Amino acid sequence: MSNLILLGTRKGIVILDRKDSSWHPRPIEHAGVPVCYAARDPRDATLWASLDHGHWGPKLSRSRDAGTTWENAPAIKYPEGARYIVKVLPTPDFDPDAPTGQPEYAGATVYKIWNIAFGSDAQPGRLYAGTIPGGLFVSDDGGESWELNRPLWNHESRGGDLFRGDATSENRWQGTPASIDYGVFEPGIHSIVIDPRDADHIHVAVSTAGVLETTDGGKSWTGRNQGMLMDYSPNPKAEWGHDPHFVAGCPGEPDHLWQQNHCGVFYSNDGAQNWRAVSKPEADARFGFPVAVDANDGRTAWVIPAKGDFERMAIGGGLAVARTTDGGQSWQSLRNGLPQEHAYDIVLRHALDIAGDTLCFGSTTGNVYLSEDRGENWQCLGNHFPPIYSVRFG
Amino acid sequence: MTTHLFRFFPILENQELTVPAGSVAEVLHAVDAISPGFCDYVLDERGALRRHVNVSINDTIVIDRKALSDHVGDDATVYIFQALSGG
Repeated sequence: MSNLILLGTRKGIVILDRKDSSWHPRPIEHAGVPVCYAARDPRDATLWASLDHGHWGPKLSRSRDAGTTWENAPAIKYPEGARYIVKVLPTPDFDPDAPTGQPEYAGATVYKIWNIAFGSDAQPGRLYAGTIPGGLFVSDDGGESWELNRPLWNHESRGGDLFRGDATSENRWQGTPASIDYGVFEPGIHSIVIDPRDADHIHVAVSTAGVLETTDGGKSWTGRNQGMLMDYSPNPKAEWGHDPHFVAGCPGEPDHLWQQNHCGVFYSNDGAQNWRAVSKPEADARFGFPVAVDANDGRTAWVIPAKGDFERMAIGGGLAVARTTDGGQSWQSLRNGLPQEHAYDIVLRHALDIAGDTLCFGSTTGNVYLSEDRGENWQCLGNHFPPIYSVRFG
Repeated sequence: MTTHLFRFFPILENQELTVPAGSVAEVLHAVDAISPGFCDYVLDERGALRRHVNVSINDTIVIDRKALSDHVGDDATVYIFQALSGG
């Protein structure tokens, strides 16, 4: 069982320690600075925080003494010549397959470091960072330096290699609403899933494009959106334009992947070669942001349903966690210990985590709930935290 | 300079820095030489002023936010402050 929880919040990072069977929050760190993601590297115990300064740009901060002191980590920067084809907010008659006409180019800068992932034990200094506007960065020296993964950045689904010249293909990637805060409408990488059996086998999820897979350590990438459906598109089965909200894998059965998508819950038991829609709206399992997967049983997953798409609040004023143990054929609504009236909480994509039988989630209303029995019963760890962006066990 | 930046660069607090006249970019990089990393806070990696940062020469907001080529005269003062873009 984990004894540490990291909360990335609108107003800084809050660390909770488990002592004497109860959880105790420490004073907030990075007070006043939005922390959109925070996690602990299990290999060397370094704590990482992605700071989302409103004025001063995205920064990484790290602590090598369990959160007592923090230091600025070297900045992630797009290399000279990194460009992308500008996207604009779609109109109601938006068609992701329609030709986009003459492309407009922009030089790339990091708007947001949305996710940090840690390499395998075989690659001790390897880190990954997913960003808006849609670049995956890789470090092999523990975050001292970062390099843009060019095969993904230059993917033909994005227009080809714009370092060399103008676009050689259409840009099929769309923007994410999460980018609008930065005055742009560009895609973002929020999920990075590394296969524990093979460090060269990685899935990333992009809002709004879909899932891509590499089997050669990032030298080439292939779209993995077979079976996905976009109910907001005139062509729901188009290859690109999907809106994964989060993708998580089962460490013990890595071919089992789960995707909470804008258009519902999807499951794959063949390494994302095929996705299957497993939403059950009648069991309140459809719209939402996060998904957590059991460490050993790839058929068992948890989602936190919300009233989608327009309201984005708890359904009927009551918080619930939905769990499946049979690959999404059936879902149980788990509510013991969760508020069942006047609850308006929404739980964002990185704000649910699992460690063994323990689950924890935090909401934009500043509430944190924890279950030590796989979601059957929940206890509240606090009601007055700042809006919560990420929850990760340490 | 906005006091918010002193939180990240305490060495700059209560300092009036005198640097050679030149472009705004040159002035900012002179500050960066005193407090490494400073430019990453006010400029993006393309060298453009971040969206919510304003720079003025005396009381005139700089025109070139992309390359910061506006000229800073010998006795001019450069101010760095946050753009008020919220409620």
